[in-house]
Amino acid sequence: MSAVFDVLNLKKAFSGLTVTNDVSLSMAPGDRVALIGPNGAGKTTFVNLVTGSLQPVSGEVRLNGQTVTKINAIGRVRRGLVRSFQVTRLFQEMTPAEHVALAILQRDGRAGKMFGNFLSMPEVLDEASGLLAKLGLADLMHRKVSEIAYGQQRLLEIAMALALKPKVLLLDEPAAGVPQSDTGRIEQALADLPSDLAVLMIEHDMDLVFRFAKRVIVLAAGTIIFDGSPADVTKDAAVREAYLGSYANASHAA
Amino acid sequence: MNRETVTKTMRPNRSITRDLIGIAAIIVASALGYLLFPDNLALLTRIIAIALLVLSLDLVTGYCGVATLGHAALFGSGAYAAGIAAAHYGITDPLLMTLAGILGGAIAGLICGVIILRAHGLPQLVLSISLIYLFHEFANKASSWTGGSDGLSGISPDPLFGSFEFDLWGQTAYVFGVFLLLAVFVLLRFLVRSPFGMLCRGIKEDPMRIMAMGASPKITLIKMYVISGAVAGIGGALNAISTQVVGLDSLSFTQSAEALVMLVLGGTGSLFGALMGTVVFMLFEDYVSAANPFHWLTMVGALLIGVVLCAPKGLYGTAADIITRRLEKRT
Ligand SMILES: Nc1ncnc2c1ncn2[C@@H]1O[C@H](COP(=O)(O)OP(=O)(O)O)[C@@H](O)[C@H]1O
Ligand SMILES: [Mg+2]
Repeated sequence: MSAVFDVLNLKKAFSGLTVTNDVSLSMAPGDRVALIGPNGAGKTTFVNLVTGSLQPVSGEVRLNGQTVTKINAIGRVRRGLVRSFQVTRLFQEMTPAEHVALAILQRDGRAGKMFGNFLSMPEVLDEASGLLAKLGLADLMHRKVSEIAYGQQRLLEIAMALALKPKVLLLDEPAAGVPQSDTGRIEQALADLPSDLAVLMIEHDMDLVFRFAKRVIVLAAGTIIFDGSPADVTKDAAVREAYLGSYANASHAA
Repeated sequence: MNRETVTKTMRPNRSITRDLIGIAAIIVASALGYLLFPDNLALLTRIIAIALLVLSLDLVTGYCGVATLGHAALFGSGAYAAGIAAAHYGITDPLLMTLAGILGGAIAGLICGVIILRAHGLPQLVLSISLIYLFHEFANKASSWTGGSDGLSGISPDPLFGSFEFDLWGQTAYVFGVFLLLAVFVLLRFLVRSPFGMLCRGIKEDPMRIMAMGASPKITLIKMYVISGAVAGIGGALNAISTQVVGLDSLSFTQSAEALVMLVLGGTGSLFGALMGTVVFMLFEDYVSAANPFHWLTMVGALLIGVVLCAPKGLYGTAADIITRRLEKRT
């Protein structure tokens, strides 16, 4: 199948420090890829670069074969490239229902509507409640975000990304800060995604990575040092070296 | 399941109740004002005109987080548009004059929005101050159109609907103002609850997050500025119609700053707060300036400091907080 998402020779440096070093990767519809790597490897920066939040020094990003490097962040979202944030960015005074409804309305080009309220739009409300219920947030849907627990805010962050019905979804550590008892909900939500959606998930929880991904990419110091099957990643010498003394050992010990 | 349907239906009902309470409160307050100050309807009409300015300011500042000390540019443009339409073009029908005010305010809103929204924070504030001085100076220099510092006179609106004269006591103007305010209030209640209103609240908190959803904060805010201009323009037109003059003070930094003070006094981000702030400020100012012409500014200052320190969310915002907390305790 032809690629839906291509990254070619992406480079970025912060005041001399190279954070993204000639990164290239390609994803086809339906891909389930995990991007792993030690803290500070440049994973979040990679997401910021491809979504247009940061400008690369050089390199190219393509969506459905079309070069989007010169298109701004909003245009890339509208072309189906959606991300979630490692640190939740939610609207404290708004409810989960409002967050998801706004995403749904925006997706359908109706977020600029000046009359009516989503609470009286049955199709929007139903879709929003369905999505929130799937992530275990049904009871909290009309609470202010500032009143709900951080783990649940993380789930809402994912719900918002899903509500936009992307073609390429980039999840930046979706399970970080989510209680162990709730990570199953994330997995279920991911399992229920349309099969033609390409998903790239940054994640530290290796159990989750192994259950989710058919392909693992390892980033270390801004460079891709491994791109292959989950079965091979633990055997790879370079990967082991990159992780030496880091959480990989800890999680193996556990 | 049962519980879910309850929460689902609870919310819209509650906001409709609040709409009705708001409409009733405006009508009752207007009637009370009429009974208490029958000889000073001009003041009450001016309060309504300024309330429209403060509501308009609330739209961009309270709902969208734009910092501006130049919002009277929108109000004054509406006033001059209505005044010039009447004095120079013979458009003396009060409804058409109001329409001219809406257009004038909306165009000024578009111009100010495009410029002010290029910056954030303090530079934004400086841009807004520069704009109000430019508007003021422009109106001052274009004296053949605006009457310059003498003010624009020769505005004599026709009877409303052809039958209600704008009388000397200002009864018609007052009733006209109350209806304009009610219409604007109802429309704005729709607006702030709409998807567009949600988008604006989101932008106020985190414009980058809104961009990550594929929406443009810039375009949304410019739309809001145009709407805000239309609302302020209605206020300006009402002022032109009721006083039959338009002065440069309607386009001043002082008026802009006072509007912001009234908004903070009542509480930002709520239509009720904007209305309450305007009424309290202007009645208090009118009362103390008559009671104590020498120290009234001191008293206004003391009132403001008191409110900002003791009720940082403004009079309405703080009162609303206390009431919701009481209600929550009970359930
Ligand atoms: N805006 C920025 N300015 C300067 N340095 C940054 C910026 N963002 C990230 N960095 C640096 O880039 C490196 C990679 O960061 P990041 O992409 O967040 O890593 P990861 O997500 O893999 O943990 C880190 O050393 C970080 O300090
Ligand atoms: Mg990161």
